[in-house]
Amino acid sequence: MSTTTQAPVFREDPFDVAAIADPYPFLERLRAAGPVSYLEATGSYAISGYEEVYEVLTDFETYSSAGGLGPRDIRKDEAWRPPSILESDPPIHTLMRRALTGVINPGTVRALRGPFTPPAVELTEQLATLQGFDVVKDLAEKYPIRVFPDAVGTPEEGREHLLPYGNMVFNAFGPENYIFQQAFAEADVHTAAVMHACQRESLSENGFGAKIWARVEDGLITEQQATLLVRALLSAGVDTTIFGIGNTLSVLAREPEVWAELRRQPNLAKFAIDEALRLESPFQKFHRTVSVDTELGGVHLPAGTKVLVFLGAANRDPNKWGPDADKFSFDRSSSGHVAFGMGLHQCVGQPIARLEMEIVLQQLLERVETITPAAPAVPIIHNVLRGFESLPVTITAAR
Amino acid sequence: MTITAPIQAPAIIDTVIDAVEHPADGVASLILRRADGSDFPQWAPGSHIDLYLTDELTRQYSLCSPTDDLSTLRVGVLRTPDSRGGSAWVHDQLRAGGELRISAPRNNFPLVDSRKYLFLAGGIGITPIIPMLRAAEAQGKEWTLYYGGRSRDTMAFAQQLEDEFGAQKVRIIAEDESGRLDLQQILGMPRAHMLVYACGPGGMLGAVEDFCMGWPPGALHTERFAADNLGVGGNTEPFEVQLALTGTTLRVETNQTILEAAEEVGVRVLSSCRAGLCGTCETRIISGEAEHRDAALSQADKDAGDVMMVCVSRAAAGCSKLVLEL
Repeated sequence: MSTTTQAPVFREDPFDVAAIADPYPFLERLRAAGPVSYLEATGSYAISGYEEVYEVLTDFETYSSAGGLGPRDIRKDEAWRPPSILESDPPIHTLMRRALTGVINPGTVRALRGPFTPPAVELTEQLATLQGFDVVKDLAEKYPIRVFPDAVGTPEEGREHLLPYGNMVFNAFGPENYIFQQAFAEADVHTAAVMHACQRESLSENGFGAKIWARVEDGLITEQQATLLVRALLSAGVDTTIFGIGNTLSVLAREPEVWAELRRQPNLAKFAIDEALRLESPFQKFHRTVSVDTELGGVHLPAGTKVLVFLGAANRDPNKWGPDADKFSFDRSSSGHVAFGMGLHQCVGQPIARLEMEIVLQQLLERVETITPAAPAVPIIHNVLRGFESLPVTITAAR
Repeated sequence: MTITAPIQAPAIIDTVIDAVEHPADGVASLILRRADGSDFPQWAPGSHIDLYLTDELTRQYSLCSPTDDLSTLRVGVLRTPDSRGGSAWVHDQLRAGGELRISAPRNNFPLVDSRKYLFLAGGIGITPIIPMLRAAEAQGKEWTLYYGGRSRDTMAFAQQLEDEFGAQKVRIIAEDESGRLDLQQILGMPRAHMLVYACGPGGMLGAVEDFCMGWPPGALHTERFAADNLGVGGNTEPFEVQLALTGTTLRVETNQTILEAAEEVGVRVLSSCRAGLCGTCETRIISGEAEHRDAALSQADKDAGDVMMVCVSRAAAGCSKLVLEL
């Protein structure tokens, strides 16, 4: 039988604070070790080449989600919560995915442009009167939390628990280190509040939440599955979008020519967002479980082991994106990046996230002539998400 | 700036009907040979041709002959009771030895490379699938066909396919013997690296689309057929697209999509699956009417006509110009 020694051994810990605060030099060293390597610190295999990441994401039979996205196999150890759609394989996943896709699709998302626009106008109008602001605190953290829970139909009260809960969910995709423990400090309070918001009687009539519950009446999913799907929306739909907005602006604040071009052609905003998401992907890494002995990138992977999939490394792999993979290039076609995942578990909320990001950016472009960094951005210390705690910028308002 | 490509009418080919066979109840199969004795142009599985039946009557039918024998082309035509005239004309007027004008083969239903395939055919929807089976088999791919129909008598080529590939790969499901295709059984368990190709009546495809919402985005490829013609609906003509934001007008030829035509002149369009499934390339229609060929929009959205997926959808028949927000 093959052993782990076949894989190159990588000795740095991907969950070390230094690797989290400044991930890209770390990811470059990881890729240099090989597209698939053995992580001594975690006992899992790191997948860092674009081609190999793509293969793991698309081959959901060999790389199972049912073991959870964290380092432990949740089928063997007790999970901290009932498994979500993200932590399931077909056919259980299939029922839930059908229900979600039936509710969130181009038609239903298109209808959100109307209600999603006025809050963005209001926020950017206020910010444009200032000489500078904090992109994260004053804009990114304000906008999705205002519009998205409305779209799901959750009550006003208790929304303050959504961000801390999302923080728990995503940090649990990493080890139970001190970052995890901080996120889980008041876990019970946040969990109870979010689970309450997912119940049928908590949800307004016209939101996505009620439409998911309607699938229960049609006999397509169970009540527990409906609760879990609404929970999935609430936990996955807020902080990832906040980070998406912050990360995009962290890139664009360093690209004055692109900003000027976007002001002339705001319809190109979505391309700038796509390239920024490739370069600064909010969701950097998660685990899958190898279901049968297999080989990837020339390395033998035994059944039962965990692989740690580095989306952020794949999105900067020079073999896929060329020698300037680490640079923002507005002319590049970013199509094929894996910031939203790929294949069976690809982000269902992608059109909503893209809509929110496009609206915010376009409203800001209309009112802000120039935007430049005012101080170094402060990265957030998070097991699997990449984003900023603070991102101060100086602006000049458009005349 | 206006870019206008030269008008390219689809190549017209004069043929002679070599034979008319009846492979099943209500199905006529035409075998066509070129009038000048030469070979037909190369074509790929999923292709169809136009039959110019009369000055007013043009119908599209999928090719079901082997792609490596270009001396003849074969199409299968179901006579439909509510026929708008096309299938009845084929059945009643066309005879061996007669002449027939056709277009060169075109492909709106190409077989995308994959490791595994699941083929679903309802009734005469088997025709575009047949060359796909042969291609998948020749390339040593793992595949299964589920072929549903009312009864074996009505299911063209069913016996032939079962003999050719075996009952393990070719599952014939006749309604009078074993009921309808059990889509929950067939599609309830998505498979990795497997594409689903489905062709059949609208009701069946709607159910297939619903089940495939649980599959990876982009896994499903469908071809819908109207009451009496198979494959693409109305418009087979080139058309103009005015890109309102860019200020460009371009011509979309019959062998390209709006997306391809726009990219060809350097206009950027955000897209992902390029197969009408993911919805990324959704574009607002400012004026004109679209013929929707995607699986992403609901029927209500298609009817409303405010947006379209430019990777697959086209201008509707009779609409020579679309104005799009691009």
